[in-house]
Amino acid sequence: MTTATAQTDKTAHLPQVHEARNPGMALDMDWVRAARANRSAIERRAGTLPGRRSVKKDYQAAWLARAISCIDLTTLAGDDTPGRVARLCAKARHPVRADLLEALGLKGLTVGAVCVYHDMIEPAVKALEGSGIPVAAVSTGFPAGLSPFHLRVAEIEESVKAGAQEIDIVISRRLVLRGDWQGLYDEMCAFRAACGEAHVKAILATGELGTLQNVARASLVCMMAGADFIKTSTGKETVNATLPVSLVMMRAIREYHQRTGYRVGYKPAGGISKAKDSLVYLSMIKEELGDRWLRPDLFRFGASSLLGDIERQLEHHVTGAYSASWRHAIG
Amino acid sequence: MTVKEIFETMDYGPAPESAGDALAWIVDQGSRFGHFIDGAFTDPGEGFDSRNPATGEVLATLTQATQADVDAAVAAARKAQPKWEALGGPGRARYLYAWARLLQKHARLFAVLETLDNGKPIRESRDIDIPLAQRHFYYHAGMAQLMDSELPDARALGVCGQIVPWNFPLLMLSWKIAPALAMGNTVVLKPAEWTSLTALLFADICRQAGLPKGVVNIVTGDGAVGERIVAADVDKIAFTGSTEVGRKIRQATAGRGISLTLELGGKSPYIVFEDADIDSAIEGLVDAIWFNQGQVCCAGSRLLVQEGIAEVFHDRLRARMDKLRIGNPLDKCIDVGALVDPEQLRRVEALVSGSDGTIYRANCDLPEGCYYPPTLISGLSSASPLMQEEIFGPVLVSTTFRTPSEAVEVANNTRYGLAASLWSENINTALDIAPQLVAGVVWVNGTNMFDAAAGFGGVRESGFGREGGWEGLRAYTRAADKPKALKQIAPFAGDDAEPQPVDRTAKLYIGGKQARPDGGYARNFFDAKGSLIGQAPIANRKDIRNAVEAARAAGGWAKATAHNRAQVLYYIGENLSARAGEFAALIDRLTGGKSGKTEVETAVNRLFTYAAWADKFDGDVRSVPMRGVALAMNEPCGVIGALCPDDAPLLGLISVMAPAIAMGNRVVLVASQPFPLAALDFYQVLETSDVPGGVVNILTGSHAELAPTLATHMDVESAWSFSSTDLAQTIETGAAGNLKRTWVNNGNARDWQGPAGEGRAFLEAATEVKTVWVPYGA
Repeated sequence: MTTATAQTDKTAHLPQVHEARNPGMALDMDWVRAARANRSAIERRAGTLPGRRSVKKDYQAAWLARAISCIDLTTLAGDDTPGRVARLCAKARHPVRADLLEALGLKGLTVGAVCVYHDMIEPAVKALEGSGIPVAAVSTGFPAGLSPFHLRVAEIEESVKAGAQEIDIVISRRLVLRGDWQGLYDEMCAFRAACGEAHVKAILATGELGTLQNVARASLVCMMAGADFIKTSTGKETVNATLPVSLVMMRAIREYHQRTGYRVGYKPAGGISKAKDSLVYLSMIKEELGDRWLRPDLFRFGASSLLGDIERQLEHHVTGAYSASWRHAIG
Repeated sequence: MTVKEIFETMDYGPAPESAGDALAWIVDQGSRFGHFIDGAFTDPGEGFDSRNPATGEVLATLTQATQADVDAAVAAARKAQPKWEALGGPGRARYLYAWARLLQKHARLFAVLETLDNGKPIRESRDIDIPLAQRHFYYHAGMAQLMDSELPDARALGVCGQIVPWNFPLLMLSWKIAPALAMGNTVVLKPAEWTSLTALLFADICRQAGLPKGVVNIVTGDGAVGERIVAADVDKIAFTGSTEVGRKIRQATAGRGISLTLELGGKSPYIVFEDADIDSAIEGLVDAIWFNQGQVCCAGSRLLVQEGIAEVFHDRLRARMDKLRIGNPLDKCIDVGALVDPEQLRRVEALVSGSDGTIYRANCDLPEGCYYPPTLISGLSSASPLMQEEIFGPVLVSTTFRTPSEAVEVANNTRYGLAASLWSENINTALDIAPQLVAGVVWVNGTNMFDAAAGFGGVRESGFGREGGWEGLRAYTRAADKPKALKQIAPFAGDDAEPQPVDRTAKLYIGGKQARPDGGYARNFFDAKGSLIGQAPIANRKDIRNAVEAARAAGGWAKATAHNRAQVLYYIGENLSARAGEFAALIDRLTGGKSGKTEVETAVNRLFTYAAWADKFDGDVRSVPMRGVALAMNEPCGVIGALCPDDAPLLGLISVMAPAIAMGNRVVLVASQPFPLAALDFYQVLETSDVPGGVVNILTGSHAELAPTLATHMDVESAWSFSSTDLAQTIETGAAGNLKRTWVNNGNARDWQGPAGEGRAFLEAATEVKTVWVPYGA
């Protein structure tokens, strides 16, 4: 009788540190083609997870605060103005009413980043000066990604020059749908190169990829091409972040880490608006990827209305009375 | 920990479900329970403690049923039964519906009580056990409603004794009670002594539903009480539990003419092909072997991984195991709760400690008490004891395979046959392998899926009978006709030797060849006037052995297309018809009657009937609540050994043979004992009708002598007796060895000329319903 013992995850309780960036690797088509995603099994896992994991009381409050720290507070509207963006940035600095943060012992809590279109980068950078909150910009002909390739690359360069520390690019869905994995890899490599020091999040627009198997393959290809984060959606597709899609992408990230040693971040975006949903996402991260990913350098929510619901839950936690939205500052 | 600290650690923290209401219910009942008999609780008597396995605390004191208690319960059920049956399907449907609703209204109370009593995580009792129990009552409310129109010839059996295990106390109660009551039976049910509380709560609910007295009776106690129920004047025993106890019940009920269904142990294979979604297959294992602490009869406890992915699969599996959370079953954030009793913990510990292979225990916090860590024992082979023995705990054993056919071989290398899971993204692999697995239930890319609309039950030593679906109703109904006693038929005596033009030597027919009997003896047979007709060989146990071997070897028949089998049956009919006159004359001479001509005509007709049925006894698709299909497939049992009717020497044999081979079985037939010679002429017809060798084997000799060999033969799947010698007890006792199915006449006659001589009853006896779950999604 022999008994093996487990390797404990020694990184599980480390303080927040930034990872070595994923340098990418050569496109490994054997690996990409071997990716499998059984939809019904994945849906069952995703469907039962909320019933399997539950956080209550102080734990729930702490988890909700953690969710806030991972929010990419986002405005991506045609009518955005510097004033609107400044207001959002103020909310990013003070996402929760000061008395509530005080009660929770979490003074200084901020969101993970502010996410805007290119033209709003400068006002955002200015408004966030000294806060340490990075500005993320959507890019590459967001949301459809159908503008000329050289302009998409140039857009990244312009946004980086304007001060964006994170670039959310959109992949060309047609490359996935036609199985042109080499094309996707090359595109992603070019985007990553254009980002330079800025971190790049690859938006897969999973709602337009047709199958979970495509999601799995596209996730792997983007990571091989050096994505720092993979992200579900632009928020503009008819179906945005879902738990099944998240499970597939998280498992791809896990396998990439197992094989290469590099941790790639995950960002679900669009459709996550309830505090309870954010807890489920966090528990899925914890289960599938581990505690190390429960930090803003490896996990973000792309969301605009989620924060408001969390604020109300936190006030309820502190006071015991159910809250109202008008008791919290708008962003 | 402060919020700020938790913000850093991101621990789950406790999330306990309150036990208050459930404990209050127990206290309201005085914390001491009697039995529920004839609509009321009896005074608590001598008994035993019921403990919460997670804490060891005593929850309540239960009463050990005495003989008088069991007698009273059976008498109450007997008294209530006629009126309950006469209430009619729609009337009974109202009660079943009321239970379904009451189980919903009190869902959380049942769930918490179940977890307190059994130690299973509240997530499971809340999300699986109780909703499935509700579903069974809903579904069978519908069956009661439809019984009169859809099952016009079905009648209730009467009083059903039901004994359920401790792993799914309320769910197993529902599986037993709902179909029994729907069909007009009344019940005496015994929950397991470790987990009786939800059954008693159910009894309390019965009162609330205004159920007529005596329809449901619940008696508590240990195995001795179970034995009393088995021995009582009941019409049926339904048992879910260990194979060991199932075998004893089979012996104890043998020859009593009562119905029996057994849902027993398993060592279900979990097969992962190299093209599977590995992460999903690993997640499936969590639901296969760490569901209910692995205390599940159909747990996917035997992992078979294709060699090419074995290493990565096991690595990822171990990592997944480390993520499991073990602890307080009432915590909503717990995956694995407490084993049901310290005795069970000791059993599992003892089994694992002696094992070979590499033992990996999940690296997770293990609380003090009745807990056992999720465990993987890898690197085993089929020869390892734990690859064969049921552990009934959170312990997975694993081995590897190279090819699909080897996967099937390893998977089927077991005495059990309850369930199987297979994972492959290739539809060809999945749909090819599923039917080849010897199991009552197969899950494709999934595991442990259950629903009232889909039959559940096993083959081999996992028992027989199905629960759920239309097939599940067969376990609780009988045919409407009144049985008549069958008189034993003796051969004619004589000493007169009639000279024949040329001497004929009739032989046994084994493996498609005429064979001399092993013993080398023959017996003279005379006609009614005492004239010698000829000799028939006297088969012995070795001839049975040879015939079963030949039948086993003819497995290709099961794979032949139904169309092909139909053609063969038609051809037998055609060839028999061509010799109709000769057979009619022989039958008349053998039996001393005049019905030979009719008998041959009916026999030809019967062959045509089953030729017709061969490609029409279809399986179906069940409406289970998921995106996917649950296929109820009618599969042949395998090798059927049958003692043929004595009274109709040719028609009787054909009535038994034709449905069996139409469905793909191979048969070992022992011909009419007093009139065997027609059967021996009949093999000439078989020889000319393209029947592959070994599909039909015909022996002659003493039914009483051959019955034990046939009944105890481990390679026979089903044993039938229509002999005029009452061999029910011999057959059913012998069948306990490998828990083969039986179909015996219990000394009753059957009109082989009439409608009772053919039809669905024969086809159902000749098939096993296999439920294949195929969830899908592009």
